[in-house]
Amino acid sequence: MARPLKALGEVLNNLFKKPATSQYPVKKHTPAERYRARIKFTPEECIGCNICMRNCPANAITIKQINLEAKPQTLPDGKVVPAKRKFKCVIDLSRCIYCAQCVDGCPKKALKSTDEFELAAFDKKALQDEFKHPDETAK
Amino acid sequence: MTETLWSLFYIAIYPGMFFLIAYGLFCQWFDRKLYAQMQNRRGPGLFQPLADLVKLLSKEIVIPKNVTEVRMFKILPYIAIAAVTTAALMIPFESAGSVVNFQGDLIAVLYILTIPTVTFFLIGWSSQSPYSAIGSMRVLTQLFAYEVPLMLAMLAPAVLAGSWNTSDISLFYASRPLLMLVNVIGLGVSLVALQGKLERVPFDIPHAETEIVGGVFTEYSGRLYGFIKLAIDMEMVVVAALINAVFLGGSLGLSGVLGFALFIIKTLCIVFVLALIKSLMARVRIEQMLAFCWKYLAPLSILQIIISIVMRSIVWQGL
Amino acid sequence: MPKITVPLGPQHPALKEPGSFLLCLEGEQIVDATLRLGYNHRGVEKAAESRNYIQAMYLIERVCGICSHAHATAYVMNVEELAGADVPKRAKAIRVIIGELERLHSHLLWLGVAAHEIGFDTLFMYSWRDREMVMDALETISGNRVHYSMNTPGGVRRDITAEQVKTVLAKVEALERRIKYYIDLATQEPTVIARTKGVGVLPKDEAVKRCAAGPLARASGVARDVRKDDPYLLYGELDFKLITSDACDVFGRLYVRAFEMLESCKILKQVLNWLPEGAISVKIPVKLPPGQAVNRYEAPRGEDVHYLKSDGGLNPARVKVRAPTLANFTSVDYMLKGDQLADAAIIIAAIDPCFSCTDRATIVTPAGTGIMSWRDMRSHGIEFYKKKGIDFSKVKVF
Repeated sequence: MARPLKALGEVLNNLFKKPATSQYPVKKHTPAERYRARIKFTPEECIGCNICMRNCPANAITIKQINLEAKPQTLPDGKVVPAKRKFKCVIDLSRCIYCAQCVDGCPKKALKSTDEFELAAFDKKALQDEFKHPDETAK
Repeated sequence: MTETLWSLFYIAIYPGMFFLIAYGLFCQWFDRKLYAQMQNRRGPGLFQPLADLVKLLSKEIVIPKNVTEVRMFKILPYIAIAAVTTAALMIPFESAGSVVNFQGDLIAVLYILTIPTVTFFLIGWSSQSPYSAIGSMRVLTQLFAYEVPLMLAMLAPAVLAGSWNTSDISLFYASRPLLMLVNVIGLGVSLVALQGKLERVPFDIPHAETEIVGGVFTEYSGRLYGFIKLAIDMEMVVVAALINAVFLGGSLGLSGVLGFALFIIKTLCIVFVLALIKSLMARVRIEQMLAFCWKYLAPLSILQIIISIVMRSIVWQGL
Repeated sequence: MPKITVPLGPQHPALKEPGSFLLCLEGEQIVDATLRLGYNHRGVEKAAESRNYIQAMYLIERVCGICSHAHATAYVMNVEELAGADVPKRAKAIRVIIGELERLHSHLLWLGVAAHEIGFDTLFMYSWRDREMVMDALETISGNRVHYSMNTPGGVRRDITAEQVKTVLAKVEALERRIKYYIDLATQEPTVIARTKGVGVLPKDEAVKRCAAGPLARASGVARDVRKDDPYLLYGELDFKLITSDACDVFGRLYVRAFEMLESCKILKQVLNWLPEGAISVKIPVKLPPGQAVNRYEAPRGEDVHYLKSDGGLNPARVKVRAPTLANFTSVDYMLKGDQLADAAIIIAAIDPCFSCTDRATIVTPAGTGIMSWRDMRSHGIEFYKKKGIDFSKVKVF
């Protein structure tokens, strides 16, 4: 059953075909819709439940409260309003494994997965993805 | 004086060193590009072989501690290049005449073209590493397998043409193109045997990278390795030119620019066939290669010689 | 003829990962082979003990780059068994889809690697080009090409939409045609036959004795496949053949893997055309009740065995992973003996080795030596360097 030059047809056929190579840096790659890459954090949505930090396999997320001085307020009619806590977040992209477990676990959808995948940097500091609360930046 | 200058021109520029290097690098690119296309890849850019060479030339040479014959280790790549260039002077390129022209130069060329192979053996042997030692054993074993069919196949056209001179042979076939068909078997045999001489798939056994890393060239680096690669590229050009002269009628009686263009086209066609063979097969084992060469190639080349003798003595008596 | 010893590895073009094979040669013939592992030990099992069950899943997924879904599923099945969860059928179906796509991906990759080992680069390039189709299908479903992260304790993380089913089905059908071509090419090309037939022979009784797993065992005529012997997920309800070959050589392994790809296509078409409706996951508590579980999974390379022990805490108390390559390594030295040096690369590649999956902690204690604790090691180190005139005793480590 041995047949010499079995690949001949395919090889000659390919000679006149366009190469299958994708010219990546020249031609941008469009990832799939569900692609998991850089995680985006919306500070206004965060309630500080820490589920993302607890379940992050790489310990890449650090969420800190920025207004530790905030105290519960008592309204004139006697109701107590809990303090509006505000958070900032640092995602260490050099640790992140892009599993998007934090996105799945977030009860308030404060974390979102984007398709930005070109994240290489020369400076390690550039990999510290910081999301400041708008109030903090205003100060 | 002018004669010396001309000799220098022949040796250094055309058809000697410079042309061989330039065209060898081009042929390497052409071969790689075709190979890539056949595999549905993109392949290297035109100047990639040159860039590779320049890079290798600028790199440091590392000589392993246990190399005892350091001088030999250093000089061997140059011997290979010298042998290839010498062989080039005896083969007609763009016109019917070669630079060094004498009766029997076909035999001389075939002999000189074994020198690079022998230097590769010595290269591996002097490297003193297990990979190179195995590689050089394979080089020699392979030499005995392909050399006989190659020589026999090359002699058949000479028998038919009644001359041992490459220029005469090419002129003979240029004036009687139909007679080239007689040597078709020989052409096929020598193209397959050439894969062994140039150490390409399916006969790249001496430096099969998944088995013995770089084979004979494992310990070579920098400039020396660059020259070895260069010698192999130049050898490809010389061998293609030889096939062209012996089997395909050389320049077909043309000369000058037209002859040169024809030479380029025909050698590129030969490189194409070599690339095609390379892309169609897996590498065989050394003992399978020996068996194949002695079982199929050698009998076929003898058959070719017999056909040539019969043609010469019975059918074509009037020649 | 004098014997020479040729090292194949730890760094060698034939090996994609470090592992050392010392080949004792007589001419071209291998008379003895010694295998040494341990270049890739990463301490995955120990690291899993310091993570909670969800974190550990992502870690276990990274035991292997190729069969990531296999390891993650085996681990997750253990977690579900301990939690007593009833995983929805749709989740199981999606796991089967990813698992079979992964098998296609792994076998196509192997075909390319094997073709490269015997110097047939054209087949290598073609099969890797078409492997892109599987990778794209996986990216469409899961969002990544290699680490799919589809599993979660209790089910899967993402559903498959009807649109995705269509794209994946089209890709599977296109791939099936290509696979048929590769089967023709690899089983009819004379040079491939010459390089694979009668090479690396492992007779059936030897395969059983040496506990070979996966395609290696099946190519020696041992009909052993967890999907058939101990059906997990939905495999009990699916119609597929168990491919075996009596060739016992590299050609047999090529044959088994090639036809397994066709069976995978068949399974994929069945599951994709018949996706059960329902939820894709159930909730699993953060803390699991104490207990232990063992699960097996038929990874592309063979049988994965995962063990999980819980002591009722947040983290697993013990995780043990046995990758199929470990089972197959014991056969390698047998297969290498008596063959040619030229065949060493393809014989090693024929078991589809995955060194970093295999490397676990190994404690070798020859007679007369003991195991050193961390404290002993530290004091030994201080003593050792004191003799050289360097004092490390003041350096605080913890």
